[in-house]
Amino acid sequence: MATPTLEKADEAGAPEPGFADSPYITVTFRIRRFNPEVSEEASWQDFQLEIDPKERVLDALHKIKWELDGSLTFRRSCAHGICGSDAMRINGRNRLACKTLIKDINPEKPITVEAIKGLTVMKDLVVDMEPFFQAYRDVMPFLITTGNEPTRERRQSAEDRERFDDTTKCILCAACTSSCPVFWNDGQYFGPAAIVNAHRFIFDSRDEGGEQRLEILNDKDGVWRCRTTFNCSEACPRGIEVTKAIQEVKRALITRRF
Amino acid sequence: MKIHKYDTVIVGAGGAGMRAAIEATKRSRTAVLTKLYPTRSHTGAAQGGMAAALANVEEDNWEWHTFDTVKGGDYLVDQDAAEILAKEAIDSVLDLEKMGLPFNRTPDGTIDQRRFGGHSRNHGEAPVRRSCYAADRTGHMILQTLYQNCVKEGVEFFNEFYVLDQLITEVDGVKKSAGVVAYELATGEIHVFQAKAVIYASGGCGKFFKVTSNAHTLTGDGQAAVYRRGLPLEDMEFFQFHPTGIWRMGILLTEGARGEGGILRNKDGERFMEKYAPVMKDLASRDVVSRSIYTEIREGRGCGPEGDHVYLDLTHLPPEQLDAKLPDITEFARTYLGIEPYTDPIPIQPTAHYAMGGIPTNVEGEVLSDNTTVVPGLYAAGEVACVSVHGANRLGTNSLLDINVFGRRAGIAAAEYSATADFVELPEDPAKLVEEQVERLRNATGSERVTEIRKELQETMDANVMVFRTEQTIKTAVEKIGELRERYLNVSIQDKGKRFNTDLLEAIELGNLLDLAEVMAVSALARKESRGGHYREDYPNRDDVNFMRHTMAYREVGDDGTESIRLDYKPVVQTRYQPMERKY
Ligand SMILES: Cc1cc2nc3c(=O)[nH]c(=O)nc-3n(C[C@H](O)[C@H](O)[C@H](O)COP(=O)(O)OP(=O)(O)OC[C@H]3O[C@@H](n4cnc5c(N)ncnc54)[C@H](O)[C@@H]3O)c2cc1C
Ligand code: SF4
Ligand code: FES
Repeated sequence: MATPTLEKADEAGAPEPGFADSPYITVTFRIRRFNPEVSEEASWQDFQLEIDPKERVLDALHKIKWELDGSLTFRRSCAHGICGSDAMRINGRNRLACKTLIKDINPEKPITVEAIKGLTVMKDLVVDMEPFFQAYRDVMPFLITTGNEPTRERRQSAEDRERFDDTTKCILCAACTSSCPVFWNDGQYFGPAAIVNAHRFIFDSRDEGGEQRLEILNDKDGVWRCRTTFNCSEACPRGIEVTKAIQEVKRALITRRF
Repeated sequence: MKIHKYDTVIVGAGGAGMRAAIEATKRSRTAVLTKLYPTRSHTGAAQGGMAAALANVEEDNWEWHTFDTVKGGDYLVDQDAAEILAKEAIDSVLDLEKMGLPFNRTPDGTIDQRRFGGHSRNHGEAPVRRSCYAADRTGHMILQTLYQNCVKEGVEFFNEFYVLDQLITEVDGVKKSAGVVAYELATGEIHVFQAKAVIYASGGCGKFFKVTSNAHTLTGDGQAAVYRRGLPLEDMEFFQFHPTGIWRMGILLTEGARGEGGILRNKDGERFMEKYAPVMKDLASRDVVSRSIYTEIREGRGCGPEGDHVYLDLTHLPPEQLDAKLPDITEFARTYLGIEPYTDPIPIQPTAHYAMGGIPTNVEGEVLSDNTTVVPGLYAAGEVACVSVHGANRLGTNSLLDINVFGRRAGIAAAEYSATADFVELPEDPAKLVEEQVERLRNATGSERVTEIRKELQETMDANVMVFRTEQTIKTAVEKIGELRERYLNVSIQDKGKRFNTDLLEAIELGNLLDLAEVMAVSALARKESRGGHYREDYPNRDDVNFMRHTMAYREVGDDGTESIRLDYKPVVQTRYQPMERKY
């Protein structure tokens, strides 16, 4: 089995413009482990790695899984912040492991990694995503139109297109929803991600389902539960202004203009 | 073991799988099995755009698009299929718009279009604006829009189900598809899906390379499943190496960066593409640019202490332009390299990007068991398939198109077939192969590790069958892969559990990669010419007399159980375009 220290030689790259010459460092990863096949109790486990701090937290997790403990379990696919698989709580904040470089999160101290909160943990860093996707599906996240379909494309001005640009960036990673204290206390709340995706359609000039979606979000588990803590905006790896989108939906509910 | 029965089963929920699902669900009882949640599929990583001759911004027509596709593919393209691709492109973009896709718009509100490598007006006269796009996240928008419409249509998904085997039953001497076997990640349970029609839409296999733009999960499971059941794989030697991947990481920086004016430079700051492609320069076709970069590196003009990369220079472009047109990729440079693209050049190297080859199909998406015979009930579409619309080299923006056009066609064809066909009887003990495979790995005690074998595989592929190939390097790869396949038999895993056992699945995925890498190398060894993405230094010219034909690779098992690969060839379908020299 290759040890992390052996890897060093072939991966130690050259200093590049924009980097200080950074040697390998020893980092402790403190990971919240849970596997009901083994124990009903979750516990912390420390792993020490020799690693280039310019690498991603995802690279560190892979190193642990591939070289130290094959049972460490997490989701991942694209490895560059596009697929939304690997939202987790890293040093107490929700982030994508593949978009977080070790050097940016104070590697002198142990780095804690745990599953996102508010969704049931299935094993280690894997949570049950079903309630999250159910909330998304509940807001009717698809274009609703009436009348005859046009022969060519529907026209939309560049300004109208810009109106909902921000909320089209969502990758459904759940970083926002699982950082929301309201959602932690009450899993019935739709949560920020579902509202972001409702926003994406409510403010699309081609869509005619705005009223229906607003009614859904007017529910007791809807937008009014939001207490504007901004956790969601801070957590969003796509830089979406989540709180602003929620505010816009609230305003639309009051004015019925969108 | 659980048994399920559906009219149509779709394997994969990327662009091709979901486009098929939207059609199939309307017409038949359909299940989509996918190893990832649908929105995690790698279609979401596509940046640049989707080609269609809408002629929204300048004169264009589908015939020109057909020509560009055939020429781009170095004449290995089946021209009847390319014609369908280009013709149906227009409706397929309009369909997506009607489904809600937020394309960028022109000042008069129609879908905006931009330039992309290899797409031209009037047979190569000048570049044409044919790519329909949504900023530099077109694939993301396609994936989201298709998932949204699957929600609307009530498509039934089985998420985190890994299809590991294809079931085939012989009925009156005809091989028919009977269904698939899947492994459920959450529980470790094995499921048999009996289906009248099965559509493979399980994507590419780029993970056998080290430096690649492909996701960790692109391990060619679909190709491997049918190949292991004796069905052929077509043109596997053709793999596209995209010129601009982030150095060592392989993360893609879209061709659009050069479209916006980005320049490639060597360690002396020289704009070296002027030497290799005086007219198109940095925007020459992908295979040409990738070879030029490696020539610079080999001749000692690469950058960095190890001289193993070159620079993509965007520093002369106004920051506003970068912010507006290339927001995602400039952020990649900042996040992963700590580089500010406004002021610093970005280190890049070619990255393994796209499998042109795959499961052979006809234009209805029906899978072939030889050059002409259809396997009733079996379909494939998207990167897993080879229609072949991409031939020896795919044009940028033609894959997002492919998954929509042929995903839709396969969805309709499969559902229409299952509306009239009967279920085929399942083979005896249908889950046997998968059960044995899983049990063997769970109980294995061998000393070999998945990570070590995978690393050696990726290293040998990068070193020997990447941008430049020779008989010698390919033979080295074939030998090494053989050795790794032997060692793989002795592999063991640490996680012996049933619940979310990704350790086990990575081992199975590695087995698939090894099978496909061998097919690729053996196919490449036999093709003694250079064409598109397959470049042989020992045979630098295209040889239309001997090699204007598709490779068909079959797995053979001898009486003593030894495996080998048999190669056969299939003629290219030519309609109106005669092969010409390919110059840009
Ligand atoms: C970074 C990048 C940028 C690109 N940019 C462009 C572009 O601008 N324009 C363009 O035209 N093309 C582009 N391409 C190519 C194009 O995006 C892909 O070829 C295309 O999206 C593939 O789609 P697909 O549906 O075939 O496969 P994918 O989207 O990869 O989906 C595969 C699906 O199969 C499932 N699956 C896999 N194995 C199994 C299994 N064993 N069991 C069950 N399910 C399984 C997965 O869960 C997934 O849902 C790009 C590619 C990359 C990597
Ligand atoms: S809004 Fe941002 S944080 Fe929330 S799911 Fe979408 S991408 Fe993730
Ligand atoms: S692995 Fe895809 S977002 Fe991190």
